[in-house]
Amino acid sequence: MSTPVSAEKKEKISVPFDYNKYLRPNKLPHIWCPGCGHGIVLKAMLRAIDKAGLEKDNIALVSGIGCSSRTPGYVDFNTLHTLHGRALPFATGIKMARPDMKVIVVTGDGDALAIGGNHFIHACRRNIDLTVLVFTNAVYGMTGGQYSPTSPLGAIATTSRYGNVEPPFDTCEIAKAAGATFVARGTAYHTLELEKTIHEALAHKGTSVVDILDACPTYFGRMNKYKSATHMMETMEKDGTVSVKQVDKLPADKVQGKMLRGVLHKIERPEYCEQYASLVQEKAQGK
Amino acid sequence: MGEAAKKLPNIVINPKLCKGCSICVDFCPTNVLEMRGTCVAVKDLAACTRCQLCDLRCPDFAIQVFD
Repeated sequence: MSTPVSAEKKEKISVPFDYNKYLRPNKLPHIWCPGCGHGIVLKAMLRAIDKAGLEKDNIALVSGIGCSSRTPGYVDFNTLHTLHGRALPFATGIKMARPDMKVIVVTGDGDALAIGGNHFIHACRRNIDLTVLVFTNAVYGMTGGQYSPTSPLGAIATTSRYGNVEPPFDTCEIAKAAGATFVARGTAYHTLELEKTIHEALAHKGTSVVDILDACPTYFGRMNKYKSATHMMETMEKDGTVSVKQVDKLPADKVQGKMLRGVLHKIERPEYCEQYASLVQEKAQGK
Repeated sequence: MGEAAKKLPNIVINPKLCKGCSICVDFCPTNVLEMRGTCVAVKDLAACTRCQLCDLRCPDFAIQVFD
């Protein structure tokens, strides 16, 4: 059971929040299944955007294909629903044409790391100013529950009936290795922490990747014997992760096998659009 | 201030958006909510501490707690 938020914290939290300000209310209810974590992540994203004080017309929300990629349909920003895995190239194009715009990419784990794996590493390499939110539910939900690049070893999916034998990717490690300058992880369970992480990612100049763990109770949950969405959130997100701030204070046995949560990597590096603009200016002056 | 004068929160539930996942019911620390069929309902309004966990974890924009 969760403990109530203390009075001191309560003053800082951003709810009740007027979500209708950013939603297309006639598009609701959304298509996500009962208990799907994507809705929780969407709400955290909207609160973070509000906190960052961004103008609605100055945001472009780009997505690929998949459950998570239905997000732009429900929000009242400039939205683009593109090809499977290709959200990042479209977003790169928008950012190059309109560097003043805040470009946010919402993508699933399969969309970002399997079908669009090469685009993901190259966006990170360029350090172009995009905020990439990877909704990691460890399964391809929209097409019927096939295993994805982040499905844990032994997980049952419609394409791994006897357990998954492929070791999973660690999204944050890939992003870090490929050159992203802001890498963080959040979960749908720790929703206020997620809001803070997304807010920090939006403020960062350069490619910021936030890996967000959320639950797919319909496919992953049912096939892997989770009782409910709540059970998934408690076992996978609450007990399966440990905050990066606490990891040094905890004994080794409480940290073993758990994923780190929080801001994992943050450095400064020249941003792609700025470098490109300065090169153009330099050449235009005939240097 | 007596118990009767205590100001109760206003829990707004949108039954058109609620999909009955019961996340809010399970995470409520004071058992304010319950499931009635496939929609959530308020069982014990006086126990509500306005912690907002139901709003924060509702995936469907279906529940909000106002003062």
